[in-house]
Amino acid sequence: MHQKSIAEHANSLAKGEYSSVELTEHFLKRIESNSDLNAFITVTDQLAREQATQADQLIKAGKAGLLTGIPIAQKDLLCAKGVLTTCGSRILENFISPYDATVITKLHEQGMVTLGKTNMDEFAMGSSNETSFYGPVKNPWDLERVPGGSSGGSAAAVAAMLAPVATATDTGGSIRQPAALCGLTGIKPSYGRVSRFGMVAFASSLDQAGVITRNAEDAALVLAAMSGFDPRDSTSLDVPVPDYVASLQDSIKGKVIGLPKEFFGDGVEPDVADAVQASIRELEALGAKTIEVELPNSEVGIPCYYVLAPAEASSNLSRFDGVRYGFRADEYLDLNDMYEQTRAQGFGEEVQRRIMIGTYVLSSGYYDAYYIKAQKLRRLISDDFTKAFEKCDLIAGPTAPDTAFRIGDKNDDPVAMYLNDIFTNSVNLAGLPGISVAAGMDRKNLPVGLHLIGRYLDESTILNVAHQFQRATGWHLKMPGGYE
Amino acid sequence: MQWETVIGLEIHVQLQTRSKIFSGASTAYGAEPNTQACDVSIALPGVLPVMNIEAARLAVKFGLAIGAQINRRSVFARKNYFYPDLPKGYQISQFEIPIVGKGAIEIETPDGPKSVGITRAHLEEDAGKSLHENLDGQSGIDLNRAGTPLIEIVSDPDMRSATEAVSYLRKLHSLVRYLGISDGNMQEGSFRCDANVSIRPFGQEEYGTRAEIKNINSFRFVEKAINYEVDRQIDLLEDDSKVIQETRLYDADKDETRSMRSKEEAHDYRYFPDPDLPPMVLDDAFIAEILESLPELPHQRQLRFVKEFELNARDADQLTSDRALADYFESLQALTKVSPRIASNWVLGDLSAALNQSEIEITDIRISAKELATLLDRIEDKTISGKIAKEVFTAMWNGEGSADQIIKSKGLKQITDTDAIESIVEQVLAESEEQVLQYRDGNQKVIGYFVGQIMKKTAGKANPQQVNEILRNKLGQ
Repeated sequence: MHQKSIAEHANSLAKGEYSSVELTEHFLKRIESNSDLNAFITVTDQLAREQATQADQLIKAGKAGLLTGIPIAQKDLLCAKGVLTTCGSRILENFISPYDATVITKLHEQGMVTLGKTNMDEFAMGSSNETSFYGPVKNPWDLERVPGGSSGGSAAAVAAMLAPVATATDTGGSIRQPAALCGLTGIKPSYGRVSRFGMVAFASSLDQAGVITRNAEDAALVLAAMSGFDPRDSTSLDVPVPDYVASLQDSIKGKVIGLPKEFFGDGVEPDVADAVQASIRELEALGAKTIEVELPNSEVGIPCYYVLAPAEASSNLSRFDGVRYGFRADEYLDLNDMYEQTRAQGFGEEVQRRIMIGTYVLSSGYYDAYYIKAQKLRRLISDDFTKAFEKCDLIAGPTAPDTAFRIGDKNDDPVAMYLNDIFTNSVNLAGLPGISVAAGMDRKNLPVGLHLIGRYLDESTILNVAHQFQRATGWHLKMPGGYE
Repeated sequence: MQWETVIGLEIHVQLQTRSKIFSGASTAYGAEPNTQACDVSIALPGVLPVMNIEAARLAVKFGLAIGAQINRRSVFARKNYFYPDLPKGYQISQFEIPIVGKGAIEIETPDGPKSVGITRAHLEEDAGKSLHENLDGQSGIDLNRAGTPLIEIVSDPDMRSATEAVSYLRKLHSLVRYLGISDGNMQEGSFRCDANVSIRPFGQEEYGTRAEIKNINSFRFVEKAINYEVDRQIDLLEDDSKVIQETRLYDADKDETRSMRSKEEAHDYRYFPDPDLPPMVLDDAFIAEILESLPELPHQRQLRFVKEFELNARDADQLTSDRALADYFESLQALTKVSPRIASNWVLGDLSAALNQSEIEITDIRISAKELATLLDRIEDKTISGKIAKEVFTAMWNGEGSADQIIKSKGLKQITDTDAIESIVEQVLAESEEQVLQYRDGNQKVIGYFVGQIMKKTAGKANPQQVNEILRNKLGQ
């Protein structure tokens, strides 16, 4: 039952082969029996049962949509009414959100059933899910390895088929890198496509919500439901959302795929490079053309990102001060001490590091040298993509330079950890859509991700290419042993 | 040494919008603590600001009224600091590109009119309030005010005395009320003033080191705080000491300023553009529409009053400083037969005094312009004298009826019958032989005595001109 795609579930639900309640119970049982993965921070079993019951009534009444009664896991960065929303942090260990994020509202309006809230790197800062206050998440492909991050819980949950789909968020690669490391499909739409209202901010100008699924078709279905203008988010775009599902079936014959030579250099593990090259050959076999393009400023992507994202984060995280909600230190001398103790005890090491970096780069005397300079670089990086897209319809490369690494391996070296996002974070800097799809295995039997980047607001092309690729290769159908 | 004072003011004006600048919560004053604090006001995780365009409209209105440049594209920035009444840990303000650029305001000074430059006016959100009373040694936070729209109006350092500063402040206060962009209520914090004060030797071009004085919440305190600060700085410099750049707090109870934080302790606000809000772009139609809706401004109205009603500039300034007062005067002068000058004297004299004494606003006045016009007409048609009119006015103020009713019921109608006045004059002269002799000896002053006696006998009702005329006739015989 859990191996089915969303379309298959919808079909079975419509035919009455099983009810949403049965489907929901099935996944709740799997979540319980696989709690060692630590994929969930909160399981909302009661809410899920209520929603499933309602969904079944809609299905019976013939009022169901394609997503009605389909279970989903939500990243714990999205506020859900009446549900603990921690962002993987101690500082929100007791925060019950009084409202729903727009994304969650939209999915619930479609009749989706929320199974729980998934584990994540604290405030989405990390690439391994090890910075979570609630403990690391294990990769179902190898329990000693990380699932990637920050949406590690969402990826592990979908890979182990504890949920058919999970929401996720991506500031520098947090959807695509864990999707790659867990052999899944993960799409980050264009900046402004999905409302950020109710999505706890890490870096406001880079954050976008998306989904992690087991195939491109499911991703198209759920992304379409999440997308669209929201008057409560001033950066949300008031433009129509294309029919992502309809264009999946288009032929990719004649599509031009740009291959930036910067994405195929020394930093990429040979197994990853081989799998990506083989995938590109597959796409050519499907009729796509490939050309070389240049992204000359991509080497400054990481430094640029690690100035801007912490700068915004340092300000966004100021509201966690122990005054109105969340964790407050037990003992303190005065107001300033209350702030210091609360934030020192409430935030983990990586979050504190980024707050300090961000505070530093915004400080008077350093602002021009760091923040302003990084903004200029951001423009150059964005211009590189614009130029490249004059010659191609999409860009392809590896999602991450390596496959899943061992838990604890990169903990002592933040820069090595940051390099995991070397191919993904420039896409956030440029506001473009990006998708990672399973594209083979390395010699350790770990999944490799293929990264497809689209033009601004053109999620359709990368979903279409991803879908055609999956039809041709079937890599997305591989499942981690023991979870079938 | 002769010192010159240099003052620049920063005025925070709460804009009269129904909802907050970045959320739908109400801005009404005086509600129970935190009942107007929505998810955005308390900065829940995940909430986002959405610009209330009405606040921009009011800011533009102000900008147009002072002839300032309106920036078609302005940028919101975050001003970062920690304080319990600042829920996000930053205030959304405008930094590099404010909505209103350079402009100017003309003020009256003893040396004539003077132009004070406005550096800029930017939009920002207000913070909440900390409450320290009745909380058992703990502090409370009221976030009702958090997110109320403000414009911060920054002047150039153009003022040279506390009097000029007050004059500027009054002008600005009158302007924002005229424009209907703020209620200007200083007690409730709708209109707040910080003053940058420095001194320098006369003739020196370079500015001295300034102190910023915060927390001045009345016109009177602005004058006192500045004067105190100027004296303090003069004492320091004449003592071969130095003024240090710092923020000082004005304590109205002790009438002194004291140090709050020095330059070294000053916050580094780490301003940067708010990534949650795109730059605010205003199109020409938006601005044109506001321009069209501008009322006649105090200064324009003052000039018109001088020209149209032949008032002096000072009276016209006073009348036009309050829109409602000016409206009252205009109705009155249209309804009465007395000259605009006399009408103006009444409005600025007896009427204003009565308002002040009763501590009520002109908008709450019980004597309508029409009722006052009737009273003034009774002077014009000689039913009563100007002096009796004041008595009638007081009775009207006390709600004893209309002018005519009061004149009738109190028998205040002027005696204009020449025969009657003549007989009283004769009677007084007959009773005052001594004074008549003095008069004949050339003491003109004694005539006042006769008038007084006559008025006493007629309870002030005899027509003064007639009394004078008849008296001089009789004495001249």
